[in-house]
Amino acid sequence: MSKINCFHCGTECNIHKIEFDNKTFCCNGCKTVFEILNQNELACYYDLEQTPGTIPSDIKGKYNYLDNESIAEKIVEFNDGQTSVVNFLIPSIHCSSCIWVLENLHKLNPGIKVALVNFPKKEVRITFKNSQISLREVVELITSIAYEPYISLDDDKQNKNSINRTLIYQVAVAGFAFGNVMLLSFPEYFEMDEFWLNKYKPFFRGLMFVFSIPAVIYSARDYLISAYKGLKHNILNIDVPISLGILVLFFRSCYEIFSETGQGYFDSLTGLIFFLLLGKMFQQKTYSFLSFERDYKSYFPIAVTKINKNKTEESIAIHNIEKGNRLLIRNEEIIPVDGILLNGNALLDYSFVTGESMPVIKKSGDKLFAGGKQTNGAIEMEVLQTVTQSYLTQLWSNDVFQKDRSKNIKSITDSISKYFTIVILSIALISGVYWFIIDKAIAFQVVSAILIIACPCALALSAPFALGNMIRLFGRHKFYLKNTNVIEAISKINAVVFDKTGTITTNEASDVRYEGTPLSEPEMSRIKGLLRASNHPLSRMLYDSINVTESKIITEFKEVLGKGIIGSVDNYEIKLGSHSYVGANEDLINQTNIYVRINKEIKGKFIFQNAYRKGLEGVFKKLTAELDISILSGDNEGEKQNLQKLLPKYSQLLFNQKPENKLEFIKRLQDKKQNIMMLGDGLNDAGALAQSDVGIAVSENINVFSPACDGILDAEVFKKLPDFISLSHHTMFIIKISFVISFLYNIIGLLFAVSGNLSPIIAAILMPISSISVVIFVTFSTNFIAKKLLH
Amino acid sequence: MMTIIFTLIIVSLIIAIIFFILFIISVKTGQFDDLHTPSIRMLFDDELVKKEISDKNITN
Repeated sequence: MSKINCFHCGTECNIHKIEFDNKTFCCNGCKTVFEILNQNELACYYDLEQTPGTIPSDIKGKYNYLDNESIAEKIVEFNDGQTSVVNFLIPSIHCSSCIWVLENLHKLNPGIKVALVNFPKKEVRITFKNSQISLREVVELITSIAYEPYISLDDDKQNKNSINRTLIYQVAVAGFAFGNVMLLSFPEYFEMDEFWLNKYKPFFRGLMFVFSIPAVIYSARDYLISAYKGLKHNILNIDVPISLGILVLFFRSCYEIFSETGQGYFDSLTGLIFFLLLGKMFQQKTYSFLSFERDYKSYFPIAVTKINKNKTEESIAIHNIEKGNRLLIRNEEIIPVDGILLNGNALLDYSFVTGESMPVIKKSGDKLFAGGKQTNGAIEMEVLQTVTQSYLTQLWSNDVFQKDRSKNIKSITDSISKYFTIVILSIALISGVYWFIIDKAIAFQVVSAILIIACPCALALSAPFALGNMIRLFGRHKFYLKNTNVIEAISKINAVVFDKTGTITTNEASDVRYEGTPLSEPEMSRIKGLLRASNHPLSRMLYDSINVTESKIITEFKEVLGKGIIGSVDNYEIKLGSHSYVGANEDLINQTNIYVRINKEIKGKFIFQNAYRKGLEGVFKKLTAELDISILSGDNEGEKQNLQKLLPKYSQLLFNQKPENKLEFIKRLQDKKQNIMMLGDGLNDAGALAQSDVGIAVSENINVFSPACDGILDAEVFKKLPDFISLSHHTMFIIKISFVISFLYNIIGLLFAVSGNLSPIIAAILMPISSISVVIFVTFSTNFIAKKLLH
Repeated sequence: MMTIIFTLIIVSLIIAIIFFILFIISVKTGQFDDLHTPSIRMLFDDELVKKEISDKNITN
């Protein structure tokens, strides 16, 4: 039998496939989406890209809370009573078909006026008429074609959309000034004593002065402020020599043109500011589709359904949940608070919290922890703790989340600029004194020339370009960093701490182990035959792991939701499912398993275990050569022996770790003067990720939730982790070499300056040449080294 | 003779400043916030037109 893929989403179809309009669909959801689009002349969706869709999720009633006006108000950006504007994050946007269909939403419902997609951000901005369609209906409409928006507690903020464009304006002003000043100063470079030139001199010089004023006051503002703040706290950061250079350039040029002694250095001044800002802009590489600041708020829903005493349902905001409330959690909804299960089949997916991909079964009376996603029908629960006091969320009350860590990082440029500034100032002083004795008139010129030429333009540009380029190269290899400081921080680490589940184990592949009475091959093939009929994730996984040809004769098949499946294969009655379903004894070990019963005889159970990521052993081997490795796990010690085989003897392995324990462990290591890189994946690692010097979230799908961190590593490239670390070391080495090069330029310039020969034209040539050559050097060498190591 | 150069330079500067202000305004209104989607969106117009024509053919 050849494999048939779904026309809509491309998933391989099993026996539940649906034939419709000569096309095959994997499930009813996909077929429905096709029908909707086809009826509304949107079938072009399937022409733009092959199998562009995703399977829609069943959301009956999930968005009822949007009818509650106080909640809707928090989500809608603009509402004048007649039209509303709303901005949704839609993680499933991934291709041009998505853009096309979403921007043609008005064909599905005339109440929608405009829909505009921002592809890099995976957002859609929808303008709709309140009289024709409500917010809930808009959400349900886009969910019905499988573009479910991601509405979380994080949306409950005002003014979140203020984009900071100051840097663009600053660059534009500096660039504009630079271009014009360059043009105006060009005639004087040749020092021709020509009649017309002399006539226009004051006019040209006046214009240059006018252009440089906004460049200094507006564009260079941040450097001047930063230098002032640094000096106030007795820190000689890189902005101090830069600001000194800018100010000396400006005031000496002003002096020259007003005293009519020269043309000034306005060209170098505006050029310097322009180049510096370009470097700053290059350094600010952002991944608009990723967020590095997420906490539980961006994962939790904004509202849930509360069941009142008189059995009526009401939507309430998460923050208004009180102890003792009864909540209704529908399919695909997230449990927002700790509570007790009252009734319903709870099958909770805690993968975003713990990294464990197997859903957990809970019985009524069991305690439910916040963060689990219900995957099996609706349940009712009673609230035990409010949102902020729940087991998981109280982690965020720790101080570590209040600290702004970016201020504590002292960059390599800043640490070198301290010595640089001192050396430059002493050279200026010595030569100033020397020339003061010989010729008082020249002394002022020499000192100002030294401060101009020593302005560390190339020095200040080398780190932004080297790091900015490396962060892009990392991104191309699916390692996304928050900012350039992270590369420096990675180069300083001397210990790595891993979380176990979801970080070094994979969610995609599972090891399935069988325990019990051995099964014969015909029995295995019958089990496989039965599993084929089921769509449950565990059944699919078990089906894939059995390597015998399946039996095809299935009569009577029944699936009991949340319990198991039953059917007759070759006249054998086979029952697969939970212990209570097949009637086996309950086991107390916390593991995911499927029990097998054939003709009333309980044979045994299949046990699912997360498999370790491919190349894990290689990663450990490479890392242990230079770094200490520890592993923290929230699970029991079951895996201790397997892990010990992979790791050197002195490595620390800690099990049964609560989120707070993980954070404390990192703190203890840091107290021993260690720089820690922590790799985690779930919300329970959030504390440890925030506390560590470099917190990296490992993610199998970078579009879905990952906790606040410094970088997101796509699980695909997990085995390249040692290469990324060594690349960070190489990058720092390249920066050091480029520092040496820029010092050489400074020395050349100083020779001119000290001897009193610095003419504006030399300054105007030397400054760009030194900057550009350093930029070219770091870009080429980082590209070369990345190609060599990451191929 | 003299004044014509002054005039020319001032006129050219005024034009340059007008364009500069237009650029700032376009940044401010968010035209440069998303540089990727418009490049895909411009390819769609053809698809839409084709679709409408074929629809008309059907109704005819």
